[in-house]
Amino acid sequence: MGKTVSEKILSRASGKDAYAGDIVVAHVDAAMMHDGMAQLVMNAFNEMDGKTLWDAKRVAVVIDHVAPSAYESFSEVHKQMRKFAFTHNARFYEVGSGVCHQLMIESGLVFPGGLIVGSDSHTCTYGALGAFATGIGSTEMAAVFLSGKLWFKVPETMKITVEGELPPMIFPKDLILKIVGTVKADGATYKAIEFGGPVIRAMDAEGRLTLTNMAVEMGAKTGIIEPDEKNYSFLKSLGFKSEEGFRSDEDADFCEFLRFDVSDLEPQVACPHAVDNVKPVKNVEGKKVDQVFLGSCTNGRLYDLRVAAEILKGRHVKRGVRVIVAPASRRVYMEALKEGLIEVFLDSGCTVCNPGCGPCAGGHQGILAPGEVCISTSNRNFKGRMGSSGAEIYLASPATAAASAVEGEITDPRRFLKEG
Amino acid sequence: MLGLGRAWKFGNDVNTDYIIAGKYKLSITDIDELSKHAMEAIMPDFSQKVRRGDYIVAGRNFGCGSSREQAPLVLKHLGIAAVIARSFARIFYRNAVNIGLPVVECEDAEEIQQGDLLEVDLQRGYVKNVAQSRVYKVRPLPPELWEILSEGGLVNYVKKHRKLPWQ
Repeated sequence: MGKTVSEKILSRASGKDAYAGDIVVAHVDAAMMHDGMAQLVMNAFNEMDGKTLWDAKRVAVVIDHVAPSAYESFSEVHKQMRKFAFTHNARFYEVGSGVCHQLMIESGLVFPGGLIVGSDSHTCTYGALGAFATGIGSTEMAAVFLSGKLWFKVPETMKITVEGELPPMIFPKDLILKIVGTVKADGATYKAIEFGGPVIRAMDAEGRLTLTNMAVEMGAKTGIIEPDEKNYSFLKSLGFKSEEGFRSDEDADFCEFLRFDVSDLEPQVACPHAVDNVKPVKNVEGKKVDQVFLGSCTNGRLYDLRVAAEILKGRHVKRGVRVIVAPASRRVYMEALKEGLIEVFLDSGCTVCNPGCGPCAGGHQGILAPGEVCISTSNRNFKGRMGSSGAEIYLASPATAAASAVEGEITDPRRFLKEG
Repeated sequence: MLGLGRAWKFGNDVNTDYIIAGKYKLSITDIDELSKHAMEAIMPDFSQKVRRGDYIVAGRNFGCGSSREQAPLVLKHLGIAAVIARSFARIFYRNAVNIGLPVVECEDAEEIQQGDLLEVDLQRGYVKNVAQSRVYKVRPLPPELWEILSEGGLVNYVKKHRKLPWQ
């Protein structure tokens, strides 16, 4: 019987002929931990009597969640992380390098056909490049650091085919919000989601990363896209040559098929307090906003910043609204500088933070007060996620976020379409 | 066998931000302090009222969202004997086992009411609702996970066996 991409990668990495439902022990190709979980990983590593990393060059240690540190407690965590990384010769990413997931992609540790684990649920992002990547806990990460191996249950695969053509001002974020709103928060639990179809094939790698990033919001173990030319040219632009990877066989066994046609798709927004509480933007237009966040592992890449800058150019952020921009990496920041995007953000009244997670996880750089409303390009809007439990978070595309920044209320970005 | 304890009832999709919010996880590194904020967004007085040996009971998809292991850790630290839910999000489920917090998948979890007295037998695979005189069947833990949980978690397993379960 044929295999899915996930079955092929887990077969390769385990040396077994693996199918959905099997439990395999597999060699991982790379592992990442960040400051939000590092203390627990390092404690477990020490308690397990860890002396050396299984392969230091495959281990990334990233400071991004509270970067620079806002608390003495986290300054201490960062201090221990530096010591750990330098003692073991791991790859180390200092404050200001960027969001862990973007850094993993830019580092070359992510490649088509690879098996990657991270101490973060959004590790599933890397599937856009044809890797099998998934989030694991801190204790398991310590075990991976020791052995380079971990057990995996081979997931069933749900196939999502996207047809039609994305209309103007409709972006991959709108598509994935629509999908999450349909599949729901537990609709893909324990499964892999494979995205395919003409819209995905036409989409650039940066947009694909936005899709796979949010697979976990449906409970999925990973999101995955078959690698192709778009994929290889993206990796080439980062300085890596890779034309390997796997595609699903025609007779592979998928557990479920879903189809979406995007030709009539409108801008979407995930309303408080659940990611699957998705509505068309028009249903909530006019809702006053206090904070706008442009960034995160979902939407902090160059493509996203271009979209937002296009709307903000020559305009000003509404009085009383603060806009926080956090490029996903130093590389993205520098490209944005070269293209003049950072100047557009500053001119229009935005605050540009250092590369990193920004306010997404509630650690710093834009904590919400009770009663405040934030529209964010990130991936979670749970009550209290970005500060007060009395605040509200709406998730949207960079275009919708930028349009809302200008108007001071949730706004359909199609109002900013250039005429002619 | 886990002894008598009261049920603390929650709904569907209880995410790990609700179990322990990012604003605390990303500022407090002391587990005693951190645990005071468990479930704060959805049950503000939970950490004061819960007693050692109590159970958390929930609907579908318990522990969805972030992979933060601090989520099962604060529940264990407060003395929660087990989390009983109709279904779990996968990372939370693995994390709980790895730190030695029993997780019980039970189709009938939603029949349990707030405050019901419960008893759980992990090996024989049942939840006994003493208050309602009912016994519910539970889905057994895969043997790979039972091996880890029965040693009190992955670190304890390694300390005892001097190897990882999969080595």
